[in-house]
Amino acid sequence: MTGILSLITYSPLIGVAAILLLRAFRPHDDESTIRAVKWITLVTTLATLALSVLLVAQYDPANPGFQFVEDHAWFAGLHYRMGVDGISILFVLLTAFLLPICIAASWNSIEKRVPAYMVCFLVLETLVIGVFCALDLVLFYLFFEFGLVPMFLIIGIWGGKRRVYAAYKFFLYTLLGSVLMLAAILLMIGVSGTSSIPELMNYKFDPHLQTWLWLAFFASFAVKMPMWPVHTWLPDAHVEAPTAGSVILAGILLKMGGYGFLRFSLPMFPQASDYFAPLVFALSVIAIVYTSLVAFRQTDIKKLIAYSSVAHMGFVTMGIFAGNALGVQGAIFQMLSHGVISGALFLCVGVVYDRMHTREIAFYGGLVNRMPWYAATFMLFTMGNVGLPGTSGFVGEITTMVGVYEVSTWTAVVAATGVIFSAVYALSLYRRVVFGEITNPALADITDLDWREVAIFAPLIAMTLYLGVYPAAVFDLTQASVDNLAAVYRAAIGG
Amino acid sequence: MTPQSLITTVVFAPLIGAIVAGLFGRRIGNMASQTVTTGLLILAAVLSWTIFAQWTWGGLEPFTIQLLPFINIGEFQSNWSIRLDGLSAVMLVVVTSVSCLVHVYSWGYMAEDDSKPRFFAYLSLFTFAMLALVTAADFMQLFFGWEGVGLASYLLIGFWFKKPTANAASIKAFVVNRVGDFGFALGIMTVFWMFGTIQFAEIFPKVPEFANQGWWFAGSYWHAVDLACALLFVGAMGKSAQFFLHTWLPDAMEGPTPVSALIHAATMVTAGVYMVCLLSPMFEYAPYTKQIVTLIGAVTALFAATVGLAQNDIKRVIAYSTCSQLGYMFFAAGVGAYQAAMFHLFTHAFFKALLFLGAGSVIHGMHHEQDMRKMGGLWKYLPITYVVMTIGTLAITGFGIPSLHLGFAGFYSKDTIIESAFAAGQQFGGVAYFAFVISLFAAGLTAFYSWRLAFMTFHGTPKWAHDDHGHDHGHAADDHASSAQIESHDEPLPNGHDDHGHGHDHKPHESPWIMLVPLILLAFGAVAAGYVFVDHFVGEGWKDFWRGAIFNGADNHILEHAHHSPTWVKWAPLAVSAVGFGIAYYVYIMREGLGAALAARKGPLWTFLYNKWFFDELYEATFVRAAKFLGDLFWKGGDQKIIDGLGPDGVSALSYKLGRRAGRLQSGYVYHYAFVMLLGVAGLLSYALWAWA
Repeated sequence: MTGILSLITYSPLIGVAAILLLRAFRPHDDESTIRAVKWITLVTTLATLALSVLLVAQYDPANPGFQFVEDHAWFAGLHYRMGVDGISILFVLLTAFLLPICIAASWNSIEKRVPAYMVCFLVLETLVIGVFCALDLVLFYLFFEFGLVPMFLIIGIWGGKRRVYAAYKFFLYTLLGSVLMLAAILLMIGVSGTSSIPELMNYKFDPHLQTWLWLAFFASFAVKMPMWPVHTWLPDAHVEAPTAGSVILAGILLKMGGYGFLRFSLPMFPQASDYFAPLVFALSVIAIVYTSLVAFRQTDIKKLIAYSSVAHMGFVTMGIFAGNALGVQGAIFQMLSHGVISGALFLCVGVVYDRMHTREIAFYGGLVNRMPWYAATFMLFTMGNVGLPGTSGFVGEITTMVGVYEVSTWTAVVAATGVIFSAVYALSLYRRVVFGEITNPALADITDLDWREVAIFAPLIAMTLYLGVYPAAVFDLTQASVDNLAAVYRAAIGG
Repeated sequence: MTPQSLITTVVFAPLIGAIVAGLFGRRIGNMASQTVTTGLLILAAVLSWTIFAQWTWGGLEPFTIQLLPFINIGEFQSNWSIRLDGLSAVMLVVVTSVSCLVHVYSWGYMAEDDSKPRFFAYLSLFTFAMLALVTAADFMQLFFGWEGVGLASYLLIGFWFKKPTANAASIKAFVVNRVGDFGFALGIMTVFWMFGTIQFAEIFPKVPEFANQGWWFAGSYWHAVDLACALLFVGAMGKSAQFFLHTWLPDAMEGPTPVSALIHAATMVTAGVYMVCLLSPMFEYAPYTKQIVTLIGAVTALFAATVGLAQNDIKRVIAYSTCSQLGYMFFAAGVGAYQAAMFHLFTHAFFKALLFLGAGSVIHGMHHEQDMRKMGGLWKYLPITYVVMTIGTLAITGFGIPSLHLGFAGFYSKDTIIESAFAAGQQFGGVAYFAFVISLFAAGLTAFYSWRLAFMTFHGTPKWAHDDHGHDHGHAADDHASSAQIESHDEPLPNGHDDHGHGHDHKPHESPWIMLVPLILLAFGAVAAGYVFVDHFVGEGWKDFWRGAIFNGADNHILEHAHHSPTWVKWAPLAVSAVGFGIAYYVYIMREGLGAALAARKGPLWTFLYNKWFFDELYEATFVRAAKFLGDLFWKGGDQKIIDGLGPDGVSALSYKLGRRAGRLQSGYVYHYAFVMLLGVAGLLSYALWAWA
């Protein structure tokens, strides 16, 4: 199976090539061309998904190390290294799972420059999967940074009214992080003499140096998560992004930060991670409480969900730096679960936005009277967001809290208030949008989910419930690698 | 069938019904949805009684079936499982019996409603979650059931989603329960790190090791087992609407009445009591927490009973009564008489479901009127409802003759609780004595408000004759009631129909048989449940009945002592109840109109009780306002002013100044930013590669 990772990573580019080829012959945006472009994209992403499923099926969960490893000499002494372990493999699957959904969700809602839009998503898929598969620092950095460009374009070209401001804010924050991370990467390579991630995981950096390296990486990953107080780009980016852009942003791009912490900060800078853990805990619980309260006061549906994302990411950072198996496995699970649930919630917003072209909560009300299936779907994901047991949202929250309890009971206590706040903002949103009588005459003829939308939500519903009832499916895959990570981390910090 | 397959069928039958009615209800129609859900519930109830009979008389041994792993990380191992022991056997019959009768009753009560499949799906979903709760073998499944019933409760309170009050009440119920679950979740974490497992069967043997150990939590050093139990008890307080976290229960009456009977009287709200009894092996090593449980239970019993005195909405009176009776169960558990708590839970399920469904029959017969001040003299029009409600009232007031050991269901269970409190007071003094005194006083109040309800509804002169049956919300006595106290919660009428097709005859009418049969069956329970089971639950045979499901510490002989309490203790409840009855009779029958006149004077005590000790106002002024204020502060002050102001917007303003000189960089085109970004990254990278190579 060697080479399957590269195949998965670059398979979306085959779709790009097909689209470019098609455009060479049919340069005009007539309807049949556009449709062909959409189908090419959808089929490509489905093929990538099929390959990813195959990858997971072939993965040996008992082996904690990297599998499907590829290692080729590249240029200028650099190596092209790819591989996955229990920590990264599920993110590959998550990406491949969400992309076809994004394409289907954009089917009718994107009207201008459709081919370019589809190319952006395909390129984005390649770059994001690359991030999760790269086993070389330089390669990782390339995927990580270039991954922002398509996202940046998606917001900037297909976004809403204030898209320039949002894109600019997004750019500014991430640039700051990137520059620092780049400097740290160069320093690491200079000191250790290797850019191989597996080798660096065994390289013991001087604790003093670790501190600086940790902070540099933290700057980049914290922006990505995003953690409080560098989170303010996210609500703007979400509000302006098209629906599918929000799904990718919340579902996958935010996870690159959490993945980074797991791949770099914890194993390579254990002493620094231990040293800074209280800081991370503090920022995490501030995020949970602060952004939950802010979410409660929002008047824009998408902004509310964006703020709730920040709160949910607080559980992830908290779990990671708990540094025990429960916390880390919980954090990975929470990221997967959030990818599904918040992606689905943004799609729920997209459904009514496509019909009414507004996201103002006050505009809506009483949708259940006209849209019972929509109401049921939205309810399910609202409950997932609230962390109701039986949905995947619960498992991630409880396991990260249990994990962090061992290290810091205070953190667990404050984080646990999040279960109250999430109920407040999520249920009040649902009530204002869905329940009550229809009072706005514009909604009198709003239609329920159509078949395309049902097909989009069905896999997300299935995933939310499946992971909620049988999370062992995920834990069985992540366990060996995480146990190994936690054991090495504990040994390094002498705990 | 083996007991294992019986109990598996019991647990999953309601789930199947919920899925069928919920997903395909529109396709298969109302009749099919009702038939499937109700049929499966009848099956579940019959099988539950089979299991219960095998348990009680057939010597069935406890067992646990493991179905599937749930969360499995290291020592944190939980499974989807079905646990049968004395406690779950009792809960199985309580849950499925009441649920099955409520399903049947709803055929009549909800006959006019548009969304019957949805209603029956929710009811069955609730039943499944409740069964998952009572058969859990570890904390994770317990929590799943715990929050699952919360979800069903939320959905059913807000069933009439067009009503703003119903929507508000449903959210309130969910959020207040979440406050409880906050404690519950921390309790589970504490238990896990203390005992290294969340399986009940593995925890219980380890508890004695921790009896005198300490535990660091949130910066303080605590008595370990006490801390764990106290945190878990916070969850119980939320679910069982105990003092401080009780505010959601009266508002939950916004849901359809069958829901109130099933969820907010007989089953879900007793989950907290069930949990404390289930965890008796832990609570027995938590002396301080047991005192807290006793105190909270006693205060709730008193508080709710006092508020119940002054309410006019028939359902609210019963809701406060439920709250108060739950208080009894808690202080029973708190003084160590878990068996008595479970016994009262058992009998209460029958007579309280009876009272609620009876009230539903009255509301139905009165064309959706819930204000008791507009009733009166109904016994002539609803004779069967009148008889069963009277039986329910006798049961809740604990009527019985101590010397003969003969009485209604509540007599056996409530008197055992009162005697246990006395016995515990003799042994330990303090809080238990307090509970004993309160329990006697509250028993008098219970008699008063229960008979007040009966008299205002069924006796006296009819107040409905000249009225357009209750759609004016203006009540003379209410005009200064706060907004939180909205009276006359008429259940809405689907499609604007008002009369169930009775033309314009506004006379009250008896309910159809499909509603009366469940009432009659519950009335049998309210009469006989105590007499038949007293020996098993709390009498001579209790050890044989519970078979280890309830643990009593070595020095806990409360139940034995309770049986030997002095004669005056045994007669005292009857005496205070008689006083309560007498006053109610005087105020509402002999001097009819006196009650209304007292209320109209709006004395301070009446105002205080009528407004429920002003808890809603207090919480609104503190928590709700604080959350809104902080939310706005963090959003507009924190995010927009400070973070964005110093961060991106500040940089933007700065770069704008520079940009005037730099010219085209600030062109506002996204492509330019993207281009610059790429350029920057590429430049840095090539420099780096060059410098390094």
